Amino acid sequence: MTTTIHVPALHHAHDDDTPTAHGLFSPTTEGAGAAERGATMVEAIRAALFEEMERDPRVFVLGEDVGPRGGVFGVTQGLYERFGAARVLDTPIAESGFTGFAIGAALLGAVPVVEIQFVDFIMSALDQIFSDLAKTYYRSNGDARLPVVIRAPIGGGVHGGLYHSQSPENLFIMPGLKVAMPSTPRDAKGMLKAAIRDPNPVIFFEHKQLYRSIREPLPPGDFLIPFGVARLVRPGTTLSVISWGATVHAAARAAEMVRAEGIDAEVLDLRSLQPYDRAAILASVTKTHRALIVHEASKTNGFGGEIAALIADEAFLELDAPVRRLAAPDVPAAPFNSQLESAYLVDAAKIAAAMRDLAAF
Amino acid sequence: MAAGNAADAHADVLTDHRSVGLTDADAVAIFTLMLRAREIDDRMWTLNQQGRVAFVVPTRGQEAAQAGIAWALDPAKDWLFPHYRDLALVMHYGFTVRELFLMYYAKADDIISGGRQMTHHWGSQARHIATMSSPLGTGIPQAVGGAYAMRLRGETDAVTVSLFGEGAASKGDFYEACSLAALHTLPVLFICENNQYAISVSMAKQSPVPHVADRAAAFGFPGVIVDGTDPFATYATVQAARARAVAGGGPTLIETEMYRLLPHTSDDNDRTYRPREEVAAAEAREPMVRITQHVQEYGLLTAAAIHDLTEAVRAEIAAAVAYAEAAPDPDPATLTDHVYAPYEPETIDATASEMQT
Repeated sequence: MTTTIHVPALHHAHDDDTPTAHGLFSPTTEGAGAAERGATMVEAIRAALFEEMERDPRVFVLGEDVGPRGGVFGVTQGLYERFGAARVLDTPIAESGFTGFAIGAALLGAVPVVEIQFVDFIMSALDQIFSDLAKTYYRSNGDARLPVVIRAPIGGGVHGGLYHSQSPENLFIMPGLKVAMPSTPRDAKGMLKAAIRDPNPVIFFEHKQLYRSIREPLPPGDFLIPFGVARLVRPGTTLSVISWGATVHAAARAAEMVRAEGIDAEVLDLRSLQPYDRAAILASVTKTHRALIVHEASKTNGFGGEIAALIADEAFLELDAPVRRLAAPDVPAAPFNSQLESAYLVDAAKIAAAMRDLAAF
Repeated sequence: MAAGNAADAHADVLTDHRSVGLTDADAVAIFTLMLRAREIDDRMWTLNQQGRVAFVVPTRGQEAAQAGIAWALDPAKDWLFPHYRDLALVMHYGFTVRELFLMYYAKADDIISGGRQMTHHWGSQARHIATMSSPLGTGIPQAVGGAYAMRLRGETDAVTVSLFGEGAASKGDFYEACSLAALHTLPVLFICENNQYAISVSMAKQSPVPHVADRAAAFGFPGVIVDGTDPFATYATVQAARARAVAGGGPTLIETEMYRLLPHTSDDNDRTYRPREEVAAAEAREPMVRITQHVQEYGLLTAAAIHDLTEAVRAEIAAAVAYAEAAPDPDPATLTDHVYAPYEPETIDATASEMQT
């Protein structure tokens, strides 16, 4: 697989690490002029849904409050008016039931896009996801396909407390599922469109902190971004930062913070975790000889451990320093109090400190 | 529902098949389906005890309900989201004896899963049988979603059929599925094969209300109880529920009452939790005893004809066993096949190059 590398032109609405000021449920204020200023991730995802529903009548959206309300984050706004109640289906609060509903609909030829209101609420649907969604194609020996997308807002930094802040992407990295966690509006749109067309089930994580905090011009036309292809956010020579989700942006800011100190950090955004771009990781580490893996989830059994093992297995002789992981501490979830939440979350200052430490090894 | 209500459940004589619109030929075909399923079931139990197959899930005692359900459905249109004991039902949906033994022996040519799934984990897209897992209840909301997909594509003369035991009816998925089906008035038949035991836990220990069917009231659709050892009463009940569903009337919950005559599986010992007298009483009025009496009393089949049918299916089974035992196992090299369906995006990020540095 060829590694596509580009650096998007992003406008950061928040250039420090302050959690988005508007909090959990952001107001919808895109309004006029959005096109000139570029699209937010919410607008990009909405555009992907619109385009794919226009393109393919089998596609339908379901979840809590996705209908006239347009979703609690506003992602599905306008879909109900355009496509009607049958294809924009408000559900009861029954995550297992409506995830199973989506699986059954897919077996009979529909292409469901499920919205789980917060990934924290996906837990009651894990039997459906782990036992059926992930295993159907394999257990049927290739007979039954499940083109189901499950969209789930993920991540902290939005004053969400323990149950509106988790980052449990590691749970879903299992054979049979694909897992995306884009960090830019452009990637979110291109990858969601690819996910909807993919005959395999996709868990599509949307970081809440990124929903409206950045804007980016979207390419015109029908563009798809493949899974398993990392994005080079920032080229560098001193060390490699491998990340995904909101911490990609923190890592890019950290790289700027340490640049004057002579540390030239390369930042890689994995974009998808299943599959993930092993070649890009190994190429970057082979160039810089130092690896720092950064993720928002807690450290033990986080996906960073898998990447560290990959580097140890396949690039051991390239390393000039131990592979480092910067992640949340091993506490159950992010607390609600701002001081505690800040202490929990990885931010640019923490990443910069880890960069300095690794560069000095 | 006209037929098979609680009052006439457990009558000693089966419902007159003609009274529910079935011909004599239908009755003979239903008998034959039950007989074939029973002979396969018996043979599998023996093969397991002989150490020739690793694991068996018995159907004994549930054939009548399954045959009655089968006759009320249209396999060309209606989808099953099956129960793992649904041997007779999947045979009506097209599974041949040879295919069944390839499944029991988990051989490469097993059409369900190529030997990947445990015994009785049915599935075939071409035959309208949804693939299933072992954790119970997940298929129930899946059947509801399947009915929704039928509606989205404009199919109006079809239903999905969710089959489950009274054990699975304790899962949250059952309740969520009933709610979703009722909300959207979907053409779903929820059919509980109540064989009285969730492995060792009796109905009285599982359910605070006496019948699974009672729970339908919470969702505003009918809950019907039928004698699941009477295939003709079961047929009439399911046929009426199907007619109601395709007419836009929405779901029905049908509880078919029966008794699991053998242990839960070949790995279970039911002597640890139920008295032999209870099993013996159920054996005395088990489905094959009752329908054999019925077809003879109606003059549909003689004892000699039944003997010939039995011998014919035993010969078919013997041939299938020999075929399956000799059939190749899956090639270990195929272990990693079919994890993901192939997919490459058609129009890859055409403008990416403009943004490279």
